[in-house]
Amino acid sequence: MKKKYSIFSLAKNALSGHKEWPKMWGSPEPREFYDVIIIGGGGHGLGTAYYLAKEHGLKNIAVIEKGWLGGGNTGRNTTIIRSNYLWDDSAHLYEHSLKLWENLSSELNYNVMFSQRGVMNLAHNEHDIKEIKRRVSANNLNGIDSFWLSKEEIQKKVPIMNTDNLRYPVLGASYQPRGGVARHDAIAWGFAMRADEMGVDIIQNCEAHQIRTKNGTIEGVETSKGFLRANKIGVVASGHTGVLAESAGIRLPLQSKPLQALVSEPIKPIIDTVVMSSAVHAYVSQSDKGELVIGAGTDSYNSFTQRGGFNIIEDTIRAMVELYPVFGKMKMLRQWGGIVDICPDASPIISKCDIEGLFFNCGWGTGGFKATPGSANVFAHTIAKNEPHQINSAFNLDRFASGRLVDEHGAAAVAH
Amino acid sequence: MLIINCPYCGPRDQSEFSNGGEAHVKRPDGSKEIGDREWGEYVFIRANPKGLFYERWVHTHGCRKWFNCVRDTSTDEILVTYKLDEKKPNLNNFKSVVKTPSGEPEVGSGNFTVEK
Repeated sequence: MKKKYSIFSLAKNALSGHKEWPKMWGSPEPREFYDVIIIGGGGHGLGTAYYLAKEHGLKNIAVIEKGWLGGGNTGRNTTIIRSNYLWDDSAHLYEHSLKLWENLSSELNYNVMFSQRGVMNLAHNEHDIKEIKRRVSANNLNGIDSFWLSKEEIQKKVPIMNTDNLRYPVLGASYQPRGGVARHDAIAWGFAMRADEMGVDIIQNCEAHQIRTKNGTIEGVETSKGFLRANKIGVVASGHTGVLAESAGIRLPLQSKPLQALVSEPIKPIIDTVVMSSAVHAYVSQSDKGELVIGAGTDSYNSFTQRGGFNIIEDTIRAMVELYPVFGKMKMLRQWGGIVDICPDASPIISKCDIEGLFFNCGWGTGGFKATPGSANVFAHTIAKNEPHQINSAFNLDRFASGRLVDEHGAAAVAH
Repeated sequence: MLIINCPYCGPRDQSEFSNGGEAHVKRPDGSKEIGDREWGEYVFIRANPKGLFYERWVHTHGCRKWFNCVRDTSTDEILVTYKLDEKKPNLNNFKSVVKTPSGEPEVGSGNFTVEK
């Protein structure tokens, strides 16, 4: 049954003490065979299942997830959404996603709390200025809203920022007004609910152990709930994608590292936009609950510990306190790490591979959340049609042989 | 933060070191014969295991020497460090704590020191 959310359903359920809300998705036991199995129940994976069912009419789909839905990087990121990337290929991909975000709450009839409060990328030195202005121009050529802000304009937008009295003074910034933040859980839940309504099996607590192939064709996946046969498998397991690829004999150009974030105690509204700085490495926005959501960097070494090194937080907090002296005495509530899979060119892989029926959507590195609906949309196309959508054709695996990389180290914001 | 045992200087704080990625990567032979794909693999693809991993470190803010190391990437435990000209240790000498390929180790990440 289609679940509808409105002011009336809210009022009705308020009267019964919010105890009668229907379950958003079921928890079926896995069937023996699926047309498509998606490994990874985060935003990208659930979105892929949603678009496979909605736009490509596939019925027999499962999403298998090791833990709970959205418990991986979907629930661990800093929820920043923007599309101001340098190269045409990335700009088209992230803009495709941003356009889907803009309509997602009404499409899913579920509030993903997409708030277009603008995203600022600070410049701290001469090189930053040149690089960011170049990116602004490239964005404008691609029809993406992006412009240069002077120091005075930044001070007006974010009066608490210390622009002058610090080691790397703030000299200007790029600004994308359509950028912003969204609710991380909501995107996973919204996609899960609507996919479930279209008959997708969402199977939680089901860990993929090994992808089985035979004569270069996919057979299925060995899981903690037994062997599941499938015609096609899409792997969207972020940091663990490499581990699963290895089990199918595929080597991917990925390195897994912990990326950390932290939130402060909640305070009254003080910053109404998103401010990112890759030069001093601190980015911040304020959640609707009032917490500052702060993004830190990745560790220098490969690791699967969802924790990260303390020195990384120290660096970020140092930059935060310098940029916003007013936050100096705040307490931090929580800190965590998520395992991100980083590609050599800081761009994702949305591609088929040598094994027929095996597809990868990975390599999002430090910035996959913004791409969730767009990535899911083109990945579903790639799986359904056995060939990439025009938007993701550049993000194939062949680029590491041809050398046609999509180098986005500048726009990726988190230096890695 | 890790304590890394530099084979030349002894145990020091991680902030003195820089990580150099996978160790024992061999440049392919026959550079004229091999194709773009093999070159691509050599240039871009590195091992990324969950579990035991051979890797390189350099003591940047110390003796500035490179050395190799075996670390468990599921717990960050450094099992052994050794000089570049020493033979690489057999991974069978170490116990992997990862039970399933992408599962979590029993002892929470980074907590192996507490357990010991």
